[in-house]
Amino acid sequence: MGSNLNEIWVYLSTTPLLGLTLTLIAYQAAFQIYKRVGFHPLANPVLLAVAMLAGVLLLTGTPYSTYFDGAQFVHFLLGPATVALAIPLHAQWPRLKTMAGPLLISLAAGSLTAALSAYAIGAVLGASRESLMSLAPKSVTTPIAMAVAERLGGLPSLTAVLVIMTGILGAVGARYVYRLLRIDDHAVRGFAIGIASHGIGTARAFQVSEQAGAFAALAMGLNGLLTAVSLPWILPLIERMFAR
Amino acid sequence: MLQSLTILLVFQLLGEVIARAFALPVPGPVIGMALLFVALMLRGGPDEPLRSTAGTLLQHLSLLFVPAGTGVILYGARLADEWLPLTAALVGSTLLTIAVTAVVLRALSKRVHQAEH
Repeated sequence: MGSNLNEIWVYLSTTPLLGLTLTLIAYQAAFQIYKRVGFHPLANPVLLAVAMLAGVLLLTGTPYSTYFDGAQFVHFLLGPATVALAIPLHAQWPRLKTMAGPLLISLAAGSLTAALSAYAIGAVLGASRESLMSLAPKSVTTPIAMAVAERLGGLPSLTAVLVIMTGILGAVGARYVYRLLRIDDHAVRGFAIGIASHGIGTARAFQVSEQAGAFAALAMGLNGLLTAVSLPWILPLIERMFAR
Repeated sequence: MLQSLTILLVFQLLGEVIARAFALPVPGPVIGMALLFVALMLRGGPDEPLRSTAGTLLQHLSLLFVPAGTGVILYGARLADEWLPLTAALVGSTLLTIAVTAVVLRALSKRVHQAEH
């Protein structure tokens, strides 16, 4: 029996089936918990599912690359899902259009705040240069952030993790910021969470309302564009500011 | 469902090709989103199957970040070494960015509102 189990494990750990199935099970379990607590942001389903999966991988000594062989099928869907954001964007276009000026100015303010404050806090508390370069693009969607980090001399795979953590933090924390600042407009709420925490913030915004989701999707896309173009120029200036 | 998934993939593919052909720093799917948006403006909106497929995908958007997030296990040592600056930078910067964006947008959109009235 013991050697049988071992054989089964050897088989399972070499097929993509296990990583894919575990991802779906962990997420659905996480989503049930999230639902049970009335969609409270602290029970963020990405956070819970990642915690469960990380626990399983560490306990069984499974390498991340083995897990990802299966999980990549889910990961792949990020591409078409990003394209699909065009649909809510189109639905909200009449309102978006009337706010074009304010949206672009707050985009610039938010995008600069994201990179500058992450760098400043990290630098003051003694993060390594590699970590700082991986931190700077953390507010934009994973593929852009990874490409920008690489150009800056950061570690793209570390950036991917920091990006996801940023997304979770924004999805969890936004409600408290809005309550403190008394921000009720779903368009404003969605846009701000999309600037600060990309797709995970956008996912959270869609759970609140379609309008918040569409503004978050727009913010995520615009901040991605702006960061990709501007951060490689702005970051050396920020670095010089802190180097003295 | 199948047809609308194909539409999404075709736009992603177009985006990827354009991103590479012109060496753009923007990822293919983001360009694909912009192209589909333009197509929707020209056609006057999505048909029902496309709307429902997009709805299904976006409803489970959070799931799609789980595989990349699980990559956190690769960085246990660095996260342990630099936990204070990294945590402080992530928490501080994320909340500050939300606050700055929201406050600026609220102030500016109020002004637009008042100008209209």
